[in-house]
Amino acid sequence: MRLLFVLLTFLTASSVFPTNARAQEPKVAMREIIVAAAADLKFALDEIVQEFQRKYPDAKVSITYGSSGNLFSQIDNGAPFDLFLSADIDFPKKLIERKKALVDSLFPYAVGQVVIWVPNESPIDVQQLGIQALLAPSVHKIAIANPEHAPYGRAAVAAMKKLGVYDQITDKLVLGENIAQAAQFVDSRAADIGLIALSLAVSPRMKAAGRYWEVPLDAYPRLEQGGVIVSATKQPELTRQFREMIIGPQGRETLQHYGFIMPR
Amino acid sequence: MMDWVAIGLTLRLAGCAALVLLVIGLPLSYWLATTHWRGRVFVEAIVALPLVLPPTVLGFYLLVAFGSRSTLGQGVARLTGHLLPFSFGGLVVASVMYSLPFAVQPFTVAFRSLDPTLLDVAKTFGATRLQIFRHVAVPMSWHGILAGMVLSFAHTLGEFGVVLMVGGSIPGVTRTLSISIYDQVQSLNYASAAANSLFLLVVSFAILSIAYMLQRHFRIA
Repeated sequence: MRLLFVLLTFLTASSVFPTNARAQEPKVAMREIIVAAAADLKFALDEIVQEFQRKYPDAKVSITYGSSGNLFSQIDNGAPFDLFLSADIDFPKKLIERKKALVDSLFPYAVGQVVIWVPNESPIDVQQLGIQALLAPSVHKIAIANPEHAPYGRAAVAAMKKLGVYDQITDKLVLGENIAQAAQFVDSRAADIGLIALSLAVSPRMKAAGRYWEVPLDAYPRLEQGGVIVSATKQPELTRQFREMIIGPQGRETLQHYGFIMPR
Repeated sequence: MMDWVAIGLTLRLAGCAALVLLVIGLPLSYWLATTHWRGRVFVEAIVALPLVLPPTVLGFYLLVAFGSRSTLGQGVARLTGHLLPFSFGGLVVASVMYSLPFAVQPFTVAFRSLDPTLLDVAKTFGATRLQIFRHVAVPMSWHGILAGMVLSFAHTLGEFGVVLMVGGSIPGVTRTLSISIYDQVQSLNYASAAANSLFLLVVSFAILSIAYMLQRHFRIA
């Protein structure tokens, strides 16, 4: 028993101290920024970060994905992010208004698109049916992002209203915290069909697992996506360099590859 | 596959929380076990609150109390250079509150089951309250104390809701293993989620087995 006590104390102590020292080591030599990014950027931004780190070997870019609304309120509450890439343009503007983001740093970087996605084995011919696919008898659960704080959720609801199916399906909606979780709901077959981001639908995994119909762009308010540099950043130079990468030719190419339309 | 950064962070967080709980939990439990004050029940109720309150409530209050808009939050920020939410220190504070009953309740049970005559004997020999606590009560209750530390360590490992609310999922700082698994599932990275979940399952099972072993030993002894 005494041995056990000694062992446990040792384990606790070793878990408290050495990892601490190890975690701090690389930070000294390297420049690091943390990016808060809308969940629809998940696969595209991972690629851009890889290219960026190849170009700047001393730089480390960590990304936290989430719904734009949640990330907005975290930054508003003082979360230590350097760059915010929203799935809309209003949250970044609001951060500037509240002096949480640098005044001249707002930049539009992409326009998102909504698709209706079904897994391969679904009996629904989504390309043929379009929005009517949501009314198919085999549909019990429809995944969307939470319209309260996710721009894609708002776009999905607007599109369903505009195309006249919303009132018939409200009791079938399941809400993901962000658009990636909504996609995960259909990918895991927990939901039968989902309104998700085109950028997620064309990611290698989801492309192989299902098919989609692009919701017409005029069915919902334009998903203009914008970014801002957070005022409290300690790495303004690196953050600017990363922003340049996103809106530069390499970033644009990657974003377009993932189905984003380039802003005017 | 395995998110070692998150695993290291989670163990560090659970270790820190267990140590802080030892420091503040022991005197609190000893007081609870020995006091005859009738208002004691309210203190016990406050300690037990995290058992029934949703983590979102605790998370919300922490954000309000220590966020950038509160004077308390700004005071902490001036002292430490950063806000408590979205920092490792903030997670330690949240974990201590969230795991408080898992430490204090076993501690209190252990102190209560001490033979009161032993404490009286020590008193007759002129020992102060602090001396009785240090030299009689704590050494004789070590099984319960260890059980409380093990349980609060394990409970912190499995913490999710509070960390989601006040953590912000910052890699190496606040992205604990449970949050990392949540993120992996959302990235459709089921293989990594499975590996890390299994790790958490095995570790939690081992820790709980130790806790029950201690409890059995304690009852027999």
